[in-house]
Amino acid sequence: MTPELGQLALILALLLALAQGVLPLIGAWRGNRALMAVARPAAAGQAVFVAMAFGILVWAFLHFDFSVQYVAANSNLELPWYYRIAAVWGAHEGSLLLWILILNVWTVALAAFSQKLPEVFASRVLAVMGLVAVGFLLFTLLTSDPFGRLLPMPGDGADLNPVLQDPGMTFHPPVLYMGYVGFSVAFAFSIAGLLGGEMEQAWVRWARPWTNMAWGFLTCGIVAGSWWAYAELGWGGWWFWDPVENASFMPWLVGLALIHAQAITEKRGSLRAWTILLSIFAFSLSLLGTFLVRSGVLTSVHAFASDPRRGVFILAFLTIVVGGSLLLYALRAPKVVGGKPFQVLSRETAMLIGNLMFAVAAAMVLLGTLFPLLADALNLGKISVGPPYFGLLFPLLMLPVVLLMPFGPFLRWNKGDPAVLKQVLLRAGIAAVACAIVAAFFVNGQLKAIAGVATLVWLGAGVLLYMIKRWREAPAGRRYPAEMAGMLLAHLGMGVFVAGVLLSNSLSVTRDVRMAPGQTQHIGGYDFRFDGAQRTTGPNWRADQGLITVTRDGESVAVMKPQKRTYPRGQVQTESAVDAGFTRDLYVALGEPMDANNIEGAWSMRLYYKPFIRWIWGGGLLMMLGGFTAAADKRFRIKRSAVDAPTEKLILQENNA
Amino acid sequence: MSRLLPFFGFMLLAGLFGFGIWWNTQHDPREVPSPLINKPAPAFNLPRLDDPTQTVSKASLLGKPYLLNVFASWCIACAEEHPTLMAEGSQLGILLLGYDYKDAPDDAKNWLREHGNPYGEVITDRSGRTAIDFGVYGAPESFLIDAKGVIRYKHIGPLTPEVIAKKLQPAIAALKKETP
Repeated sequence: MTPELGQLALILALLLALAQGVLPLIGAWRGNRALMAVARPAAAGQAVFVAMAFGILVWAFLHFDFSVQYVAANSNLELPWYYRIAAVWGAHEGSLLLWILILNVWTVALAAFSQKLPEVFASRVLAVMGLVAVGFLLFTLLTSDPFGRLLPMPGDGADLNPVLQDPGMTFHPPVLYMGYVGFSVAFAFSIAGLLGGEMEQAWVRWARPWTNMAWGFLTCGIVAGSWWAYAELGWGGWWFWDPVENASFMPWLVGLALIHAQAITEKRGSLRAWTILLSIFAFSLSLLGTFLVRSGVLTSVHAFASDPRRGVFILAFLTIVVGGSLLLYALRAPKVVGGKPFQVLSRETAMLIGNLMFAVAAAMVLLGTLFPLLADALNLGKISVGPPYFGLLFPLLMLPVVLLMPFGPFLRWNKGDPAVLKQVLLRAGIAAVACAIVAAFFVNGQLKAIAGVATLVWLGAGVLLYMIKRWREAPAGRRYPAEMAGMLLAHLGMGVFVAGVLLSNSLSVTRDVRMAPGQTQHIGGYDFRFDGAQRTTGPNWRADQGLITVTRDGESVAVMKPQKRTYPRGQVQTESAVDAGFTRDLYVALGEPMDANNIEGAWSMRLYYKPFIRWIWGGGLLMMLGGFTAAADKRFRIKRSAVDAPTEKLILQENNA
Repeated sequence: MSRLLPFFGFMLLAGLFGFGIWWNTQHDPREVPSPLINKPAPAFNLPRLDDPTQTVSKASLLGKPYLLNVFASWCIACAEEHPTLMAEGSQLGILLLGYDYKDAPDDAKNWLREHGNPYGEVITDRSGRTAIDFGVYGAPESFLIDAKGVIRYKHIGPLTPEVIAKKLQPAIAALKKETP
C-alpha cells in the first residue's frame, strides 16, 4: 500500500507545483497580492510531498520491498544498508526523484531567503521554479514511475550495478545534482527579470550568491565523480571526455563564465543581456545533460536504460523551457545599452576574454559530444571524437585564461594602470621562469611537467602579490572581504589543478606486468613486491585479493590489497588499491590469474606511479571552496532598506542601432 | 534580429536531437557492424564441457555450417534467451554449438541440467581468451559460421523468435543454397 502513497504524494506535489507555477505569475501580472502569496506555501507543500515520496522509496529499499519493480531491479537481500540507500539513485527513476527533491531543497531555500525581496519579483522567481518542477514531476509520473509494482513479487532482487557500489557513488550524484539544479535559481532570476522588465542591477546581486553556491556544488560533484572513476574503474584515469562527464562539464564552464559576467553586471551595469543569456544557457545545459544521459541519444559508459518515449518527453520539455526562454530573451532582453563605459585595458576586458574562452570551450565540448550524432545525421558512420580532439582544443582555449588570470585582480574597473601590470608581469613572470628552470632538472626536461610548475607559480604568485597589495593598502579588517577571498582561493585552485594535470600526465609511470609471488617490480623509485593472492569475502561479494608490499630503499611504504570481486549475480568488478600521498599516488589493479585454477600462482596486474595526481582534485576542491566563500559575502545579504530605498537608477541610453 | 540568433541556434539543435531519437528507434545503437563478417572465423581449440580431455577445434568442424552461441551460467540475459533456444534450436537444421564463456564448468553443467540443454555440443572458454579473437562484447552473442569456417552473421544479445525468423533463418537458408 505504501508505494501507492508515494505515487499519490507525487501527484499532489504536481498539483501544488502547478499552483506555484501559475497563480503567482498571474498575481504579479495583475497586481493581485493574494495570488502572489500562494507561491511560498505552495512551494513548502510541494517540498513536503516530494520528500514524502522520496522517503517512501528509501523505506522500500531498506525493507526489501521487492514488490516495487525499481527496488527489485536495483537491490537484493545481500546488499548492505548504505548501498541500499545509494541504490535509490542508482538508476533512472530514482535519480530523477532525487533531482526533484533537490530542486525542492533549492526552492525552499529560495522561499526562505527571499522574504526581503520585492514581492512581485520574488513571486515571479518562485513561479519559474514551480514551472520547472511541473516539467520534472510530469516526466516522472508519465514515463519513469519509481513506484511501479512487480507481480508476482520476486523472493530476491537483482543487484545494484557493482560499479556503483563504492562510497564515492553514494554522494557523487546528490552533490552533482545540487550543482545542476542550483543553476535553476539563476535561471529563475533571469526569467523573472525578463518578465518584469526590471533593469536594476539589484536582481543580479541577489542572484550572485546562488550562482556561486550552485557552481561550488557542481565543482564538488565533478571532483567526486572524477575521483570515483579513478578509484573504481581501474584504468587509473581521472577524466575520459565521456558524454556524461561532458554533460556536467558544460554547465560548469558556462557557470564559470556566468559568475564573472554577473560580477561585471552587478558592479558596472554592463553586459546585462550577456548575463541573462548565460544564466539561461547554464540551466539549459543542465537540462541538456539530463536529456543526453536519459534519452539514449548518445551511448556512453554511464549506461542508463534508454527509452524513446523518455527521449521525446525530455526533448519536448527542453524545447519549451529553452526555446521559450530564448524567445522571451529575444523579445524582452534589455534593449538599452547600460552601464559605465570601459577602456581596452580594464578589468572588464580581461573578464570578457575569459568569458569568451569559457563560452567557446563549452561550445567546443558540446560539438565534440554531439559529433557522433552529427556523423549519424550526415551518414558518416559511427565516429566519435575522443581525447585527441578535446585534449588538443581545450588546453589551447584555456591558455589565454591562464596567462591573463594573475592580472585580473590588479586591473581596475574601467581603466587599468599599465605600470602596475608591468610590475605583476615582471614579478610573477620571473618567479615562474625561475621555478620552471629549477623544476627542469627534477623532471628530466619533460616539457609538460615544466609547464605545470610554471603555471602553478605564475597563478600562485599572482594571488600572493595581490594579497600583499591588499595587506599594505587596505585598512585592517577590510583587507580580504569574503568575495575577494573566494576569488583568490578559486584562482589558486586553478593553478593547483593545472599543475596536477600536467605533472601527473607527464611523469606517470604505468606498467603491465605478470608477477609470480615473491617477484619485485621497480617503478618510480618504489619496489612493488607481490606476496601472492588469496580468497576473501565481503558483505555481498567474494574476491581474489592480491597482497603487494611497497618499499622504498628498503623501508616499508605501504601494503596494498587490490581485489577482483565477484558479486552474487556474477558481475566481476576490479577494486584497485590506492596508496594516496601529497606528492604521489601508488595504484595497483589486479588483472587475471595466469592459471585460472591456481589463484595462488602468478597474476597479471597493472602498476602505476602517479605523481601529484591528488592535486587535480585538490585544485577542484579549492575552486569549490572559493565559490562557497564568495557566496558568503556580507554584501549579498539583502537588507530591507536597500530594497525599499529608491534603487540607484542607471544612466540608460536608448540603443538606436 | 540578432537577439533571435540564440533561439534559432537552439531550434537547430533541437532538430538534431529529434533526428537522433528517430534514428535510434530505427537502428540499434549497439549494433556495430562486426569487422569479422565474411571473414574466416578465428582458429580455436577448446575443451568440451562434458569431457575436458576432448577438444573441439575450428578445423574439426569444417564442412558443415553451425551456430556458435556464447552463453554463461552467470548471464541473466542468457537465461532469458534459453527457452527460445530450447524451443527452436533443434529446428535450425544446423549444429548449435554452445560456447560457455568465462564460467566454472560445474556451474555451467548445473545450469544446463536445470534449464535443459539445447546444444549439440558445448565447448568451454574459461579464461575468455578465444572470445577476444571473436570480438565478443558479452554473453549472449551468436555467430553463424559456414562450412568453410567463414563468419556469415552475428547477433549481439538474446536471440528471440523474431530475430530467428527474420534474420537467422534467411541467413541459414542462404548458406544451404550455396552448399547443396
